[in-house]
Amino acid sequence: MTRSSGVKRLFAVAMLAGLLILPHLLQFHHQDLLIFLTINVLVVTSYRLVTLTGEWSLIHAVMMGVGGYTATLLFKQFELGMWFTLPLAGIVAAAIAALLCFPLFRMTQFYFLIGSFAAGEAIRLCWIQFVDPFGGTGGLSGVEPPLIGEIDFLEPVPYYYLTLAVVGLCLYVLYRIENSRIGLILHSVHWKAPLAESVGVDTWRYRALAFIVGSFFVGVAGGLKVHYLGTITPNQFGVGFMVFILIWVIVGGYNRFYGPIIGVIVLTLFDESIRSLEELRPAIYGAVLIASILFLPNGLESLVARIRQLLGKGAAPADTSFTDK
Amino acid sequence: MTILQIDQVTKQFGGLTALDAVSFAVEAGEIRGLIGPNGAGKSTMFKNIAGFYTPTSGDIRYQGESIVGRQPHSIAEQGIVRTFQETTLFQELTVFENVLVGCHKRARCNLFEAIFGLDRERQQAAADKVLEVLEFMGLVERRQQLAAELPLGSQRALAISIALASEPSLLLMDEPFAGMNPEETNHMMELTRKVRESGITIVLVEHDMKAVMGLCDYLTVLNFGQLLAEGTPDEVRNNDRVIEAYLGGGG
Repeated sequence: MTRSSGVKRLFAVAMLAGLLILPHLLQFHHQDLLIFLTINVLVVTSYRLVTLTGEWSLIHAVMMGVGGYTATLLFKQFELGMWFTLPLAGIVAAAIAALLCFPLFRMTQFYFLIGSFAAGEAIRLCWIQFVDPFGGTGGLSGVEPPLIGEIDFLEPVPYYYLTLAVVGLCLYVLYRIENSRIGLILHSVHWKAPLAESVGVDTWRYRALAFIVGSFFVGVAGGLKVHYLGTITPNQFGVGFMVFILIWVIVGGYNRFYGPIIGVIVLTLFDESIRSLEELRPAIYGAVLIASILFLPNGLESLVARIRQLLGKGAAPADTSFTDK
Repeated sequence: MTILQIDQVTKQFGGLTALDAVSFAVEAGEIRGLIGPNGAGKSTMFKNIAGFYTPTSGDIRYQGESIVGRQPHSIAEQGIVRTFQETTLFQELTVFENVLVGCHKRARCNLFEAIFGLDRERQQAAADKVLEVLEFMGLVERRQQLAAELPLGSQRALAISIALASEPSLLLMDEPFAGMNPEETNHMMELTRKVRESGITIVLVEHDMKAVMGLCDYLTVLNFGQLLAEGTPDEVRNNDRVIEAYLGGGG
């Protein structure tokens, strides 16, 4: 027992050290990519919380945009710094999600999927139609990262550390939620909603809770992105990006907390590694996706479980995090 | 003392009248059987009581208070908990986790308590309650097994454990004996009696007449959505109208 927890601690320290050294080993272009990858880790992990109740929404990308636009407008119109715009980006996304709960959670499954997509498009089209204040198709620009004393966060390395800290904190909170009583109830709502209801679980409230909290964190991710990129356009948060979120989660696997994180990291690295193939790149990317879904239907995370089994520990394949020990 | 009062309950689906002005009362502490031929409206009655359906007309009072129009979860919170026809469990969770979900009333926490771990005491109390229920139902040895891996008899016992964990005062059991062999049936009858002895009123819908006659204090017989007869098992067994309904009278 002590040996295994010692190994775990060692692993955690090594990973943290790796994450801290990583940007110094990369070229400028890759440092950029690393920041976006870190932000996308938060995007997929917050999406996982939404999917825990079994409802796959198509509005997550737009919610990231809500956070991004909120941060942009607060920065430009009220000159608020990033310390205020980030939490407010999350809060506004959560508030809009809370309003959308009333129409959306009257639906389930396919209807919910289509309903959430339609609601997202409606929001996105507002950004295009209302040129004042959203800037239309061209979007907005001129957002800046913070400046603390000597440290200029316009540089990728300091901004990466900032992003790492914010995303790390958010992941910790999401992890806590998933491993609490609330996480157990979200699972139960997914698997047998009537049974959960029969013992007093208000399933509507838990669906709404997952959606609102997930939207909060993706809103924060949107704020992080716009403060680094400096510009925001409606098309960054269109169907294309939503499809990428779905692919990352499905290829990574959605039965464990780390599944979507593995998905987004592996696919981003893979996409980058075949950059030299140029025209062939989308075709190869597509072929690898199909192969991975065919041969690893439970996602890349199932590989991790298998490796752990081979190493002779973690004998139980099921997630037993709620069980008494 | 009357715990549940069904008053002139009618339920229509379009042109079909599934329940037609049915009235009966359940006394606290009894085991009441709700029987009748297929399509008599027994399950419909259950769903109306548990809030999964709303009666077209009539009233349902629980401990003197009308519960018509309430959501299922709020009725469960009031103390009326149902089990399901066929075995409805969280198959992917362990036995322990299944019952832990059942402890909702006791263990519920809000977002901040969850994030900061402020609900630890309450969760510990819930875990203790789970073990107590599992001990009571004879499942404590199996607590680490996945629900899907249990034999049928234990799965049914687990379904009841989940309901018991929510601390009901009225338990609605929908065909608890369906598909069981005589040995399993006997075991389940014992468990049901034990539950009643712990102070919980039970209403059950069942087709297994041997179990019903051996277990219930009082029977309510429905036929074609109407109340056909009421009485002790002996009275009902000898009631001409009941015999006619079951054997397809007129013959």
